[in-house]
Amino acid sequence: MNGPFDFTLALADDALVAAQRLAEWTTRAPEMEEDIALANIALDQLGAARLLLSYAGELEGAGRDEDALAYLRDDREFRNALVVELPNDDFAVTMAKLFFLAAYQLPLYTALAGCADERLAAIGAKARKESAYHLDHGALWVKRLGDGTEESHRRMQAAVDKVWPYTHELFAADPAAPVDPATLRPAFDEVVVPVLAEATLTQPDSAWAPAGGRAGVHTEHLAYLLAEMQVLHRAHPGAKW
Amino acid sequence: MYGNDFSAPNGTPDEAPGGLLGEVEAAEAELRAAAARGRRGGPAPDEDLAAYFAEVVDAEQKIEPRDWMPDAYRRTLIRQIAQHAHSEIIGMQPEGNWISRAPSLKRKAILLAKVQDEAGHGLYLYAAAETLGISRDELVQLLLDGRQKYSSIFNYPTLSWADVGAIGWLVDGAAIVNQVPLCRCSYGPYARAMIRVCKEESFHQRQGYEILHTLAHGTPAQQAMAQDAVDRWWYPSLAMFGPPDGDSTHSAQSMAWKIKRFSNDDLRQRFVDMCVQQAEILGLRIPDADLRWNDERQAYDYTQPDYDELMQVISGDGPCNRERMAHRRAAHADGTWVREAAAAYAAKRAGQKETVAA
Repeated sequence: MNGPFDFTLALADDALVAAQRLAEWTTRAPEMEEDIALANIALDQLGAARLLLSYAGELEGAGRDEDALAYLRDDREFRNALVVELPNDDFAVTMAKLFFLAAYQLPLYTALAGCADERLAAIGAKARKESAYHLDHGALWVKRLGDGTEESHRRMQAAVDKVWPYTHELFAADPAAPVDPATLRPAFDEVVVPVLAEATLTQPDSAWAPAGGRAGVHTEHLAYLLAEMQVLHRAHPGAKW
Repeated sequence: MYGNDFSAPNGTPDEAPGGLLGEVEAAEAELRAAAARGRRGGPAPDEDLAAYFAEVVDAEQKIEPRDWMPDAYRRTLIRQIAQHAHSEIIGMQPEGNWISRAPSLKRKAILLAKVQDEAGHGLYLYAAAETLGISRDELVQLLLDGRQKYSSIFNYPTLSWADVGAIGWLVDGAAIVNQVPLCRCSYGPYARAMIRVCKEESFHQRQGYEILHTLAHGTPAQQAMAQDAVDRWWYPSLAMFGPPDGDSTHSAQSMAWKIKRFSNDDLRQRFVDMCVQQAEILGLRIPDADLRWNDERQAYDYTQPDYDELMQVISGDGPCNRERMAHRRAAHADGTWVREAAAAYAAKRAGQKETVAA
């Protein structure tokens, strides 16, 4: 990555794509309370995305606002990590994604809150409180599903196996960034390892570490997500909403 | 949001969001005053319970969960509150349909929060129904089995972004007109729930109005989108007030019990009168060539909605009845293994605690 613009955009895109995926659960969650909880988390991610996108637009200085960045870039210009664009699949996969993402975002935003860039520090200070709640929520479900019934254990283990390889991309070193993601890995492991153990789940040992999102090379899924998200905005160029 | 179109219920109007909220606040003050007055104590040991109930209702005091109440009053309330709750839950679907495609991030956030509010209203109303001695699980099952209804308005499709605005302006508007009088319902828990729900609904109505206002002052394509949405949602919104008074089966008894306070036709009229002025400000046309001010009645004459169509939708043959129910049933069925896991995990935890305690 290159400079604070790319860094900010990467964080913004993580949050935006995560929000879009979480919002897909609306009216479909396993419990009505969970429908509300997932919408809450989606709203938090969307809120963070908007702050980060607006700031990225200012850093770029080319006159792009949050909507120009969200709606008028193609998939190759998105900088999110692959893990957030993976389809929701079943509730276990969604909880694995939520849990791992929160275990990365919490130390990230915490570190950001203390960084030299005042704007990023303010966003980090706000978002880390939300991430702490996301982490609690995700961890609780990972434990419930992992140590629930035979079926839920099987599904949760399959979900962890599926999502785990994508977590490595989150910690790719970038020493020039306001926060070097590589420094966040110990905090992530410290949270994740005990929760998996308590959930009676096995930590995958696969060496496969898919990546490319930060460089704009995504899975096949992102273009569909963006096509849906952007369709109306793009159908009416220049319109105000 | 919900209407009066399934069977019994209620209602009052709203001029502008401001006047509406004024009525909600008045109901809230009335509720507090009634609580401060206090009732004259419970019935005497040899007193006729029905007479005591009637006395409490006549004195504009509230019936509370532990009070004796006629079976039919209890049944009517359970049905009405449950149908209201079901309407909130099913009503999430038509608007939820546009969350992923909302045309700006701000609109996406507002819509997501709105649909989330509806889930919250549903839960709040199920809790109010539970005070009458029935469980939420039972009520949800009645919905899934098709034995209890939800407002028919949600069986219409949302075909464009402007439909999200039209639902806010017209459907939420009609719901508020219906619900504001419920803030004064004789059953305390329902009245209190409605005060909270109405405050949020009026906020939603304003958001919908604002969406339409933006579209109506936008590009020609946006204006056409807005007008098309109003054309499609106007008559179904009028039908939300239920059948004409002459055909409404439950109204008289509900009026006597002070569950309902205005007739379907009175509420419909109030809604029309409120909308005409707002449509003018929006710059959108209400699709009724016979809409005109009647000086004698001091109200607008208007064309009635197609009640045959309403009956058809209520009976299950609206454009989206099957999809709405299939969607809810699928969500419930797909979530079964998750709910079972949560229950199993909680049971294990409870077992561990007992072992530690022993």
